[in-house]
Amino acid sequence: MIAEAGLIALWLAAALAFLQFALCTIGLTKGQDQFFAAVRPVAIAQGVLVTVSFLLLVWLFIRSDMSVQLVVSNSVSMKPLIYKISGTWGNHEGSMLLWVAILGVAGAAIGVFERTLKLRTLVTTLAAQAFISIGFYAYLLIASNPFERSFPVPEDGQGLNPLLQDIGLALHPPTLYIGYVGLSIAFSFAVGAMINRDVGPDFAKAMRPWVLGAWVFLTLGITAGSYWAYYELGWGGWWFWDPVENASLMPWLAATALLHSVTVLATRDGLRAWTLMLAVVAFSMSMIGTFLVRSGVLTSVHAFAVDPERGSFILALLAIYIGGAMALFALRVGTVKEGSQFEPISREGSLVANNLLLSAILGIVFIGTLYPLVVEGFTGEMISVGAPYFNLATGPVALILVAIMAAGPLLRWRRDKAKALLNRISIPVFLTAAALFALVLFTTTMSVLSLLGLSLAAGIAVASFAPLWKRNLRRTPMHTYGMILAHFGVAVALVGMASESSFTEEKLVAATPGDEVTVNDWKVKLHAIEPMAGPNWTALEARVTAQYANGTNYEITPQNRMFPAAQTQTSEAALLTRWNGQLYVVLGDSDEQGRWQLRIWWKPFVTMIWLGGVLIALGGLLAMVGRLRRAVRQRKQREYAEEWI
Amino acid sequence: MNRWLLWVPLGLFAVFFAIVAAGLMRPKDNIVESKMVGKPIPEFTLPAAVEQRPALSSTNLATGEPQMLNIFASWCVPCIAEAPQLLELERAGVKINGIASRDTPQDIANFLNRWGNPYARIGTDVRSIVQLELGSSGVPETFIVDSKGVIVHQHVGDIRKEDLPELLKIWKEAG
Amino acid sequence: MGLYRDAPIGTKSGTVEQEKMKAKHQRLTLVLLAVAALLGASLLAAYALQGQASYFYTPSDIAKKQPEAGQAIRLGGMVEEGSIQRGADGVTVKFVVHDGTSKQPVTYTGITPDLFVEGSGVVADGKLTDGGVFVADTLLAKHDENYIPRELEGIDMTGKQHKTETLVQ
Repeated sequence: MIAEAGLIALWLAAALAFLQFALCTIGLTKGQDQFFAAVRPVAIAQGVLVTVSFLLLVWLFIRSDMSVQLVVSNSVSMKPLIYKISGTWGNHEGSMLLWVAILGVAGAAIGVFERTLKLRTLVTTLAAQAFISIGFYAYLLIASNPFERSFPVPEDGQGLNPLLQDIGLALHPPTLYIGYVGLSIAFSFAVGAMINRDVGPDFAKAMRPWVLGAWVFLTLGITAGSYWAYYELGWGGWWFWDPVENASLMPWLAATALLHSVTVLATRDGLRAWTLMLAVVAFSMSMIGTFLVRSGVLTSVHAFAVDPERGSFILALLAIYIGGAMALFALRVGTVKEGSQFEPISREGSLVANNLLLSAILGIVFIGTLYPLVVEGFTGEMISVGAPYFNLATGPVALILVAIMAAGPLLRWRRDKAKALLNRISIPVFLTAAALFALVLFTTTMSVLSLLGLSLAAGIAVASFAPLWKRNLRRTPMHTYGMILAHFGVAVALVGMASESSFTEEKLVAATPGDEVTVNDWKVKLHAIEPMAGPNWTALEARVTAQYANGTNYEITPQNRMFPAAQTQTSEAALLTRWNGQLYVVLGDSDEQGRWQLRIWWKPFVTMIWLGGVLIALGGLLAMVGRLRRAVRQRKQREYAEEWI
Repeated sequence: MNRWLLWVPLGLFAVFFAIVAAGLMRPKDNIVESKMVGKPIPEFTLPAAVEQRPALSSTNLATGEPQMLNIFASWCVPCIAEAPQLLELERAGVKINGIASRDTPQDIANFLNRWGNPYARIGTDVRSIVQLELGSSGVPETFIVDSKGVIVHQHVGDIRKEDLPELLKIWKEAG
Repeated sequence: MGLYRDAPIGTKSGTVEQEKMKAKHQRLTLVLLAVAALLGASLLAAYALQGQASYFYTPSDIAKKQPEAGQAIRLGGMVEEGSIQRGADGVTVKFVVHDGTSKQPVTYTGITPDLFVEGSGVVADGKLTDGGVFVADTLLAKHDENYIPRELEGIDMTGKQHKTETLVQ
């Protein structure tokens, strides 16, 4: 009966979403404010019910209930518990349910926590949130019911794709989804603001923590996804410009732009229309990303083939929500009052540049992702757009962006002088120039992009701390530290990327046990190949020792795994992490002479890519907490003052 | 001049919508017709899947009588759905051979115990190699082979009650 | 005063008219900048697409209109039975990709992906040499079981989704 209970909870949640929307609209249009009191409880109940529904599905997966179709096709009883749980969202229906559950919880969270927004704007926001939920509930209930019974009941499940049986992948989609769907809050806020023409610093201050929260999760999700692809696919790369990766990058780019423009709106009441547009675009990109991944329109390493009917359903939802919001924008923004002005050389100016460049990158990624579809549609020819395009087109823009990132925080609001800026930024500029000079002199293999990237990173690393110059460190607000940390994280990631692409050393050999291979400072020796057995796989494991130049010995064991239930094979790379880089060893096939293929990479400072990602997310978290604390303090002060009067 | 600019985002989205909608509408026929129809069955030998039934090789399929070749798996729900129809075909005198795709002996045995065993021979195709050679891309699929071992018909998906007369007709004509 | 603080808000306010003109001026600048960024991005994208997008070829496409040697292309088809040869160095592999009508020899140095077997579908990124051999930089055999290169549809013997149950999943 668990499946039925889950389905009933889902139906009830859908009904509550409808009720929420109705209460809000009636209250708003008929001026019946007493309706508003009921909206919050309904939003919370909806969030609870949809969460219950999702947890029941997880429970079905844990129990390996083979009477449920979804469990049959995505699970198998002899699987470790954690992968039974992650099997819940390792498939279309389950992941869509997770998506909707987060949407519901996000709505409930607005109901519980939002205290800054004006009442009418808040109610409109909750109406918008409910309206989005209704569409996705309809999608689940009509087109992809996760609780569908399987009749008759088969012997055992088909098993989850072995590639997806990995701890990284178990946690990666939920993180990413919280980020994706968290952006729905910004979207609903923007709709609320446009309908009520309530755009200003207060609105921006209310929206900012939500955007920060979603952005932190997105950043973590993308970082985790990149690391997952890096060690699980065994190709040694950390970003493949795969459509699915792009689908997660595009909302991140929009959200990053939004994060910066909302600051202009909050602090200086500028960029009103632009901020609203970005809020709409950010969640639109989330929905488009979900659509692209789930519809099978674009194929990729991760894409799940799904029948086109579902694709059409989601596309219709996109048309309603994105098209609707953009039409609203066109109709309403003209009547929103202009914000205040600023000079080109000012903090606002640098943030505008940041926004334009981020949008440019977003556009380039978007075009590259969809281009194959366009070409196929018009000429019937099939093409693929891969890393060469994306690196070439986004690289230069990204470098200009990070250069501006170094300068921006050193500029004053409203107007500043170019000469003053040059004074403040002289040390980072000097450092960049020195690094560039040294690199040109001492390295030969670096590409122009990596060369510039690495030199810029040196400057940015220092420049990111410059806002603390001559300041009382204890009185500097927490969000400033957040910004510093995030910008420093960009420099760290940049070092990792440039170093990985320029200084990686690779060896590909066919080795018999006893052979030794030298890669950079490492001596890698193959000792033996041994069979192994895991909970639901068998494997061939290579016993390899790696000796570093300083004499330290490490033992590593790359594997080739066979999963009997799914009849597939995966190679498990062995990673050896030192502070200055990673040794990455993959075991391949054997040949007739008993030699085993080994692919060995030494990737100096590669871990800094993900360390940078984590720092960026941490910076976002710090900024969010700082902003929230300040908001709470101000509210308390206000209440206190009111009591006094 | 500003007013029309506000419509630009909507316009861009409309372009996106048109492109993707066109991409979705493009017919993607999900049924893969095997190009082996009309050709003799490719050579193969598969080990026995269960103890109760002998192994299957291509020579068993060119014996002077028309036969059916059914590809199934214990993990496949439509295979269970078509089980009664296969039994009915067997009762009608059709010799049915099975290829178990990507399966384990234990699961196959359980499957046959529960849903019936209409097969004369069952080969196990652990990595779907023979299945791919046959031009089959999924389970269940059923091929009708004539007396000389030439594939005359491919049925993709589960066999329903209404498919039976047609299949029997083709089987009889293949004799 | 710290670098990071807000500058005092300007006091040199002109007349309302001047302010309005200024506002209009600024809006125009912003819009122009946005348009410039959009254009720049599109131009950069178009330029990069021209040089970097790789077209998909089947062996018969190559037979019909030979692409230039050295141009990045994507080759798709089936690995011919009995054609896989491991090189003496143990890491180079030679094989033939066919699509039922034409054949294309391929060399690849590296660890072949899981599920790269004779008779399986394969997509290779790389380029043709002057000698007509395709040198692959990357090989995608049906790496993820859910992944069926769309380009391979319509070619014989590829695994593909059924409406019923599928091999893949």
